[in-house]
Amino acid sequence: MRTVAALLFALLLAYAAAPVMAADMPLQFKDPAMQQRYEQLLGKLRCLVCQNETLAVSEADLAQDLRGEIYHMMANGKSNKQITDYLVARYGDFVLYDPPLKRSTWLLWFGPFLLLLIAVVIMIRFIRSRRTAEDGAPRSLDRDRLSRLLREQGGRH
Amino acid sequence: MFVELGHFALILALCVAIVLAVVPIAGAARGNVRWMAVARPAGRLLFALVALSFIALTWAFINNDFSLVYVANNSNSLLPLRYRITAVWGAHEGSMLLWMLVFSGWTMAVTIFSKHLPESFVARVLGVMGMISTGFLLFILFTSNPFTRQFPVPANGADLNPLLQDPGMISHPPMLYMGYVGFSVAFGFAIAALLGGRLDVVWARWSRPWTIAAWSFLTIGITLGSYWSYYELGWGGWWFWDPVENASFMPWLVGTALIHSLSATEKRGVFKNWTVLLSICAFALSLLGTFLVRSGVLTSVHAFATDPTRGVFILGFLGVVIGGSLLLYAWRAPGMAPSNRFDPVSRETMLLMNSVLLTVAMTAVLLGTIYPLIVEALNMGKLSVGPPYFNAVFIPLMIPVALAVGIGALVRWRSDDWRRLWGQLRFAFFGSIVLGVALVLMLAGGKYIMTSLGVCLAIWIIAGTLVNVRDRLRNQSGFMAGLKSLPSGFIGMSLAHIGFAVTIIGITITSQFSVEQHKRMGVGDTTQFAGYTFKMTDLRDIKGPNYKATGADVKVTDADGDAVTTLHTQKRSYDDVRGVTTTEAGIHAGVFRDLYASLGEPLGDGDWSIRLYYRPFVRWIWFGALLMMLGGIMAARDRRYRVRARQEAAALEAGQAGQAARS
Amino acid sequence: MTRYVLPLIVFAGLVALFMVGLQHDPSKVPSPLINKPLPKFVLPTVHAPDKVVASTDLQGQVTLLNVWASWCVSCRYEHPVLMTMAHQDNVRIVGYDYKDTRDAALQWLKQRGDPYSMVLFDKKGKAAIDLGVYGVPETYVLDRHGIIRYKRIGPITPDFLDKTLRPIIKRLKEKES
Repeated sequence: MRTVAALLFALLLAYAAAPVMAADMPLQFKDPAMQQRYEQLLGKLRCLVCQNETLAVSEADLAQDLRGEIYHMMANGKSNKQITDYLVARYGDFVLYDPPLKRSTWLLWFGPFLLLLIAVVIMIRFIRSRRTAEDGAPRSLDRDRLSRLLREQGGRH
Repeated sequence: MFVELGHFALILALCVAIVLAVVPIAGAARGNVRWMAVARPAGRLLFALVALSFIALTWAFINNDFSLVYVANNSNSLLPLRYRITAVWGAHEGSMLLWMLVFSGWTMAVTIFSKHLPESFVARVLGVMGMISTGFLLFILFTSNPFTRQFPVPANGADLNPLLQDPGMISHPPMLYMGYVGFSVAFGFAIAALLGGRLDVVWARWSRPWTIAAWSFLTIGITLGSYWSYYELGWGGWWFWDPVENASFMPWLVGTALIHSLSATEKRGVFKNWTVLLSICAFALSLLGTFLVRSGVLTSVHAFATDPTRGVFILGFLGVVIGGSLLLYAWRAPGMAPSNRFDPVSRETMLLMNSVLLTVAMTAVLLGTIYPLIVEALNMGKLSVGPPYFNAVFIPLMIPVALAVGIGALVRWRSDDWRRLWGQLRFAFFGSIVLGVALVLMLAGGKYIMTSLGVCLAIWIIAGTLVNVRDRLRNQSGFMAGLKSLPSGFIGMSLAHIGFAVTIIGITITSQFSVEQHKRMGVGDTTQFAGYTFKMTDLRDIKGPNYKATGADVKVTDADGDAVTTLHTQKRSYDDVRGVTTTEAGIHAGVFRDLYASLGEPLGDGDWSIRLYYRPFVRWIWFGALLMMLGGIMAARDRRYRVRARQEAAALEAGQAGQAARS
Repeated sequence: MTRYVLPLIVFAGLVALFMVGLQHDPSKVPSPLINKPLPKFVLPTVHAPDKVVASTDLQGQVTLLNVWASWCVSCRYEHPVLMTMAHQDNVRIVGYDYKDTRDAALQWLKQRGDPYSMVLFDKKGKAAIDLGVYGVPETYVLDRHGIIRYKRIGPITPDFLDKTLRPIIKRLKEKES
């Protein structure tokens, strides 16, 4: 009889506690450096329910659960890489806002700088070619230069 | 009844648009003056009809006509009047009508401010705008009609999304559309030039004020969006590299490159083909933005009701308009005269660098935005590309841009001497390094390299601009007289560049020095950071006109114990109609820092989670953008455009009178 | 000459990309667990609180693991389809009650019918994280070795049942023999 009562009481407690446990509990590290690392990492992860929010900000249930998981992992000494590996194993690369560098993302990470290099090379060649180009059709008067020349000569127009 | 008239007006507008699209361009090709003359009246009629349609829809909202499906979905009789009007563009169908209204507005402007342009040119520009109008009107009438009726008529509507019941919604979309759509004029000018086979300095001078005006609107539109999301969404962020934010930023980047490239083409006849390509690109990116927001192709906080069938239509439209333009470009551009001569050290080179850097930056943003699509299309999984990527790639690209801004306007056209430049700028160069590093050491303990870099670059830009102004004012009788003698184009440029520097400072400092705390607090609890003490003094229930809320008061005192302010933040629940919860942030604005509180969730025992932020210099971001916009407006108003326009208009008229006299 | 055609080519590529993109749903997150074994867990059941079930217990035959909850609205639309499957298709359906209360779950099943051979009870949703669950309803298709072969995100519609799910089950069963 007592075990039944205890069980019921436990169930009741569990039921009553449920809304509190489900709610947003900002978990904090005492160490400010750890806290900053924690918040920065959360800011780089996508919430899968509210997909336009980071895990730092989302108030979805799953986001709160994951914030708790990550907190405990960090408290147990796991590195950022181990934590992100854990999440990627379960949810895929989609959960990372910082795309990992792998073969499928080489174009993404190196593309812009490659493009800059190519563009600069083309630009230099074009500039070189203009040095010896012909001066073509009549163009607009270079007023800046004119007014500067006139000023240098004493401002008479 | 009036509302039906609006619907009918829209159908008529489509007919007028078709006429506008076909007749004037055919007239220009054949030299038929009467056909070309159709352009202006058709353009004005188009505007009148679309405006009528828009007014009718607004009327339906004001009068709570819930027999319209669109009104019923987006409005409510309890909604305050100003938001009933704003709700007109609160969702897809109405916002497309707003787009169309703005588009026909710019078309109307072209019919008015084009007396100085040759008839064939005007005919072609307006013809292009007619073609685009046709596409959009077809899209609206066949897939996104705001005038569809329903029966039975519901007693009340579903209400406007509470997040949108805000002054931001009144200003941000219209300003943004003014920018996006404004680039269609530059686009029209480019196509007209290609069609006519004539691309010269005069064309660039015509195009430039329109382009700068559109750019200014886009600047303020993006800024309003950033500011709105800052105070509305509750986590103090001002830019997220969200796909839709990127969709507005890319045309802005290309638009900036375009106004600079137009300067070179106008003054020296160089980069003609490149400028035309940029004109096409800017508008293409505007259309692409429309596609991304409404097709459901990307996850985004902004996405309208996503409907792939609409996406197909827009994509098809995009393909025809831009594909057609690029085909025309590939055909006509090779025939254009090559660029004139210039030396490596010259303003032309600086402007070329500007084009290259901004275009690469735009490509980087585009790549990051569509990369998830690429990966998914190739069945290589699914990934996200977010702020860590964009920041890592975009910021390094902006460093050479900032360097160039400080010096660019000082370099002479065609040929300059780097020794002369060094002589002018070496004080500014060393000064900005010294001053920047000194400021960072004094105020930030010298910890941050990024901060130093950002501040030094910003000071460099300001110093370079001031050197240029001083140089121009030399030999003037007095300072004020000198300022007045400067052309407004020059002042506008200087102001815009300074605005850019101010924005850089704001971004640098707020990114590096913001502090954020996410805490559990009840009444009486305190927390301290950034030299302030935050104490929750009150937590109470609040009843609003269409919501229930919990409000918290947070009293802020500074390090000396003096009261600074009380922040008031609410968590609102719009239960009755939409079941949406929003956060109203409490913000204490300051020139040098914002204090920000945002209520989270109830935790039990009278405690709530709350986010508190210290955001230094965040307002400088938007203030700088405001300066950029003002600079743009001043530059567009430069006298030389109007004076030349008057001369050309007179010459045209004289020519026509002469022709009339002779016949 | 090519540099004038280049913009057109790049643009054509973009359009092609978007045409493909329009056919995908950007919010669906594909599971990285496909073709991997069901993650280990030990959970009580809804009906009998002291009875526990291990993930390995789900091996032995082709199984559907259906994640649901009494508070989930879409699950109500899915439920009749599951009942049909329970009666017509020869496949074991195991329920996975996610972040729910026992009473509400039992009540739900009593009202609507119980298509499950057993219902696992994950009150806190901790084990579900290992499964990569991010919403309800979701359904995993397991082969007889306990390897996840397919994940359905969202309710099982009659259309999906006919066009996709039944063929998958059939194929997995054929591999069995």
